[in-house]
Amino acid sequence: MNGYNFAYLDEQTKRMVRRALLKAVAIPGHQVPFGGREMPLPYGWGTGGIQVTASILGSGDVLKVIDQGADDTTNAVSIRRFFARTAGVATTTRTEEASVIQTRHRIPETKLREGQIIVYQVPLPEPLSRLEPSRAEAREMHALGDYGLMHVKLYEDISRLGQVSISFDYPVMVNGRYLMSPTPIPAFDNPKLDRSPALHLFGAGREKRIYAVPPYTEVRSLDFEDHPFRATRARHECALCGARTSYLDEIVTDDRGGRMFVCSDTDYCAGRREREAAE
Amino acid sequence: MRGAASGEVMLAVRGLGKSFTLHLQGGLRIPVLAGVGLELRAGECVMLAGPSGVGKSTLVRSLYGNYRAEEGEILVRHDGAWVDLASADPRTVLDVRRRTLGYVSQFLRVVPRVPTLEIVAEALALRGTAAEEARERARALLLRLNIPARLHLLPPATFSGGERQRVNLARGFAGDHPILLLDEPTASLDAENCAVVIDLVREAKARGAAILGIIHDEDARAAIADRLFPLTPLQDAA
Amino acid sequence: MTPGTLLSARGLSLSFGSIPALDGVDLDLWPGEALAIVGESGSGKTTLLNTLFGAQRPDAGIVRYRDPAGHVHDVHAMKRPMLRALHRSDWGFIYQEPRQALRMPVSAGGNVGERLMAQGTASAGALHYGRIRAAAIEWLREVEIDPARIDDLPRTFSGGMLQRLQIARTLVTHPRLVFMDEPTGGLDVSVQARLLDLIRTLIARFAIAVVLVTHDVAVARLLADRILVMQAGRVVETGLTDQVLDDPHEPYTQLLVSSVLQA
Repeated sequence: MNGYNFAYLDEQTKRMVRRALLKAVAIPGHQVPFGGREMPLPYGWGTGGIQVTASILGSGDVLKVIDQGADDTTNAVSIRRFFARTAGVATTTRTEEASVIQTRHRIPETKLREGQIIVYQVPLPEPLSRLEPSRAEAREMHALGDYGLMHVKLYEDISRLGQVSISFDYPVMVNGRYLMSPTPIPAFDNPKLDRSPALHLFGAGREKRIYAVPPYTEVRSLDFEDHPFRATRARHECALCGARTSYLDEIVTDDRGGRMFVCSDTDYCAGRREREAAE
Repeated sequence: MRGAASGEVMLAVRGLGKSFTLHLQGGLRIPVLAGVGLELRAGECVMLAGPSGVGKSTLVRSLYGNYRAEEGEILVRHDGAWVDLASADPRTVLDVRRRTLGYVSQFLRVVPRVPTLEIVAEALALRGTAAEEARERARALLLRLNIPARLHLLPPATFSGGERQRVNLARGFAGDHPILLLDEPTASLDAENCAVVIDLVREAKARGAAILGIIHDEDARAAIADRLFPLTPLQDAA
Repeated sequence: MTPGTLLSARGLSLSFGSIPALDGVDLDLWPGEALAIVGESGSGKTTLLNTLFGAQRPDAGIVRYRDPAGHVHDVHAMKRPMLRALHRSDWGFIYQEPRQALRMPVSAGGNVGERLMAQGTASAGALHYGRIRAAAIEWLREVEIDPARIDDLPRTFSGGMLQRLQIARTLVTHPRLVFMDEPTGGLDVSVQARLLDLIRTLIARFAIAVVLVTHDVAVARLLADRILVMQAGRVVETGLTDQVLDDPHEPYTQLLVSSVLQA
């Protein structure tokens, strides 16, 4: 295996990460510090997600890697190949076939099942970071469940814009206790976290934090009683497969304002087209 | 409830003593009152008499609790029971002042921004009168004391000394307390306003209030006092 | 704890190194009562305020508080979450510098509504934007800020307005006890007058108990039922405000009162 340990990390490191993961799973939504290692790619490229994946991967696993919903972008391809080389695991683009999915900024459209693990790449684990510059104060707020400030942000949006303007990385309350950043997934994806049968793990490499949402955990997007959360998507259907309920990417096709809307989840879209063709 | 069949004792002072120790002047001790005793009944008006500096104002202020008595008792009929103001805790003193013991002094301590009408109406509101009625009665009282309507919505900060004094009088009489202490209520008033004050005192007496105070003006004093209580100067203590 | 009292302190002592900031201080506070703590710089009055509030731990002594249910708590033995919740709901603190308490990048309405929103998440109850906004409008009116400014940022407000905004933000949860640290310090005289009148009206209307630290004896006379005079960490004299100020007994009190300039 080219001189690398299975899945690149040494066993002691994996043990340390697993301990952090266990703690995270035991306290849903709570950020657990971990001793992040030097990885062969810089911060901002998914080092946190990679360390989590590396620590949980077994030889029998089937790995899928997506970036903004696509299996075929440069980063998804690189990370998938990285694990193929260092762990020799089977890889796939099909969501239903994967046992471990590493993702950057999207949750697959296909509903996840029990037994699947989805690993998120996290840029900024602290949901309060933009509102409360002091880390010590933010930690205290988490410890005391003192999250009024987040609602203040929502209030400000509604008073200025008539609605909450947060379209991605929309803050959620996990298990009714911790405020969590679901990573920059579109707000549209938030409901997929709520009572999901799968295990959701989050790794931030630069900030060295791990957190988790265990299966069937309540995850509620923050809102007001009279301004409830809405999962919004572009009001179009996919130009390729005709889907009306999936999250769409807007692709500019020419310099005269031409654009098309296409499913962000490439596997979902391909699957629909395949089934369509088979009929 | 006006506290009484007319003639009931409302205020009883026994063995009241008061001196001042001026620490900033080397601890100089000035005794002013010693062994003062008096009784005040509902419906009567007692005026203090004696030369200037004998301690009349000190006595009135001590009865109000503004000065702390050194010895003796100041018994006030409050809520049907006797309260010794000389030894009462501050909250009790405040309650007695709110509901039983009123005080009209020469000086109006000006509260910023509060309009004249509100200053007087507040005195009524503290005694339980509803806001609208309190303002009505306050208005009437101010007009009676020749404070014209155009001044009612202004704070008294810019009023003349005489006007401020009359606002103070209105507040003092509006409260309608069972016991009223007067400290030179007619000082620097013209004859017309002096007459108004005399009427107000008579009306209070008729309502059963017990009144004690100081008035310089001999004629005014004669018009309202049922009896005089003389104070004599103490010898300087060594 | 003396029956009926809301807050009480016994034997509070605190030294910073060899300097005694508090030396055996006792006090009691009843519901709806305003108590002024006066003294010059270094008297310990601010230390006393912070110790009562729970922000500063004393070397000796105890601060007790009776909650709305009637239970008595040792303020310095309270668990941090409970003390913090107390600070946000039943208690309030008005700082001399309003920018310390306000969130400057948040609108006036957001500032006033924050304590309500904080309670909402703590009790896991639903939060209602419309009701919060209505409460903010009502309180801006109470403190004489034009409700049309509800969406304005505090940086567009004058010093007096900022202080009034701080008051609205604090009173929105109807605290029974408010601590004030020189609430009118640093403001222009006419602005001070307006603010003092507002404070006086609000504490009477809402029957709020107040512990007020001030170096200005005139403020104490206007706002406080009782007064505590401090010097070098000790309570030198205490009693009815007008009595202590008009008939001061202790040498230091006499000095303090005679030093006040008459306008």
